Amino acid sequence: MNGALFVIGATHHQAPIAVREKLALPGEAAGRLQQELIALPEVRELALLNTCNRVEFYGVAAHPTATGRIQAAFCRQQHFDVTEFERFRLDLSGRSALLHLLEVAAGLDSQMVGETEIFGQVKEAYAAAQAQRGAGPVLNRVFQKVFQAAKHVRTHTAINLGQVSVANVAVELARNIFGNLTTAQVLLLGAGEIGEKTARAFLNRGAGTLTVASRRMDRAMELAAQLGARALPFDQRESRLGEFDIVVCATSSPEPVLGAGLVAAAMKKRPTRPLLLIDLSLPRNVDEGAGRLQNVFVYNLDDLAKIADENRRAREAEITKCRRILSDRADALWPQVEVQLRSSNGIPKPSAG
Amino acid sequence: MLALFTDRQWLWGAAEFYLAGWMLGTWSLVTRGRPSGVLVYILLAVGYLLQICGLGVRGQAVGGCPLGNAFEISQFTAWSALSLYLVVGVTFRSGLLGYLTAGLATALTLISLAVPGWDATRRAHIFGANAWIEFHAALALFSYGVFALLALTSLLSLFRLYSLKSMHLGGWFSFLPSVLDLDQIGVRLLGVGVALLAASLAVGSAYWIQDTASVSAAKLLITVAVWVAYALALGLRLKGWLIAKRFAWTCVALFAAALLSLVPVDASRRPLPQTARTEP
Repeated sequence: MNGALFVIGATHHQAPIAVREKLALPGEAAGRLQQELIALPEVRELALLNTCNRVEFYGVAAHPTATGRIQAAFCRQQHFDVTEFERFRLDLSGRSALLHLLEVAAGLDSQMVGETEIFGQVKEAYAAAQAQRGAGPVLNRVFQKVFQAAKHVRTHTAINLGQVSVANVAVELARNIFGNLTTAQVLLLGAGEIGEKTARAFLNRGAGTLTVASRRMDRAMELAAQLGARALPFDQRESRLGEFDIVVCATSSPEPVLGAGLVAAAMKKRPTRPLLLIDLSLPRNVDEGAGRLQNVFVYNLDDLAKIADENRRAREAEITKCRRILSDRADALWPQVEVQLRSSNGIPKPSAG
Repeated sequence: MLALFTDRQWLWGAAEFYLAGWMLGTWSLVTRGRPSGVLVYILLAVGYLLQICGLGVRGQAVGGCPLGNAFEISQFTAWSALSLYLVVGVTFRSGLLGYLTAGLATALTLISLAVPGWDATRRAHIFGANAWIEFHAALALFSYGVFALLALTSLLSLFRLYSLKSMHLGGWFSFLPSVLDLDQIGVRLLGVGVALLAASLAVGSAYWIQDTASVSAAKLLITVAVWVAYALALGLRLKGWLIAKRFAWTCVALFAAALLSLVPVDASRRPLPQTARTEP
């Protein structure tokens, strides 16, 4: 292991959520641990990737006992039994470690295959390693090449196309209709959990304004305050429907709260601007007839689930192609990394900042 | 440098680049499931430059804007659509629009080159010595180029609406622009086209008043009818009475009708045949 590239940690593949909760490193603790590990004489270089689905230590060992020391220090900090940790442990070295990082950065190893957030998280991990002088010549080369490869995979395959969660599918539909969401006015009907999640997804993608209406005005006001939105009395939804571009309907009403006639009247005030109605309620809260109106788009839970399912299947079909690309990249990169590993053996490790 | 090739050789070269762009786009859509935006754009740009050379040679030979027969009209219409696409395409960032424009340009240029009868004769001195009438004709055909692009964006609109209603968002549907973007660009193109055709008709009518026998009633009626139809579509769209799918279908149908109208318009001109091709 002397002078070897390694990765050690735990990911969602082996560790169930109950274990990952115990292994999760809060921001400050992660920084402290990383500093402590970089200072170890057995560790030449080190970067820590810490997300809700994985805690992974990528590094270059100066001594064969490096991974053992890291494991012991990590378990000590998390008050986690080392033997228990070994049951869920990810432990790779050499080309396998390199290939793993390539697949992680490209989103292939993510719980939601093809998601793009992980790329930013890997970048942050590398930036943190650089700031703490944990990244030396080997990790610098590895991470830079990994970023190039991940970008290549994203632009040359369909791995990250199409959303796979109900909330994100709703946002994707909105983007297909309105393009940029910065001018879109969103109305959330109902203050339940699924509605809130969807509303948050819209806000995260830059929706212009959000208004919350609920039969319980106090709950609407509370949620509006949490989301930085406005509250609207529920009975005003009919008269003000025409002001909104996107309506997320998530109430527990046993009957439709948006009838076709009501939607038609709203569209008369805004015939050229589309209206997107996302019906997340069961039983459905938007009259089916509304979907037949021009410039009105209605989607219910089944529709969103169907789109998410199709997207998931399309992503999975791309996995083999991505793996082949990344494996080729690993083959090309690994000899360069080996040279870097050999030449950095005699050089003193970068001093921790 | 223009004299290196004949006008038709330049125009064949342009058509081949347009065809290459269209074939590359097709290959990219079939094998990769996405349009090849940049490469198609480059091929179209090269084809466009070659077409300028070809039309330039023809223009020098005939001593004016080359609009003397069906071949020249088709070439000029394709050139107009390309001119707009090369400007609009950059901001629109739609690879699919480039693909469809490549298809349209290929069809117009190749068919016009392949049918010998379209370029066997041409009317000489169709504009007399009057540059304003030439301007009128060029403006009218440029507006047809705008309407061609409008028809293509309307096709994209129909694909986008179909994908949303049928809930097929993956594959090449994912490269379509949004409903609102397509609608806005459609309204703008329609406005520009109507304004250009109105300007063309205004210039033409100023000379028609002086010599009413110079233009046949059929040509007058058809060109005014095309303008009225497009202006009506614009008015109805702005009023919100012609929207979404109906608006898109109307734009596609109007362009088909406008193209067909060129046949009687061209035939109604006074026949003054002369050999069309230029010598090397």
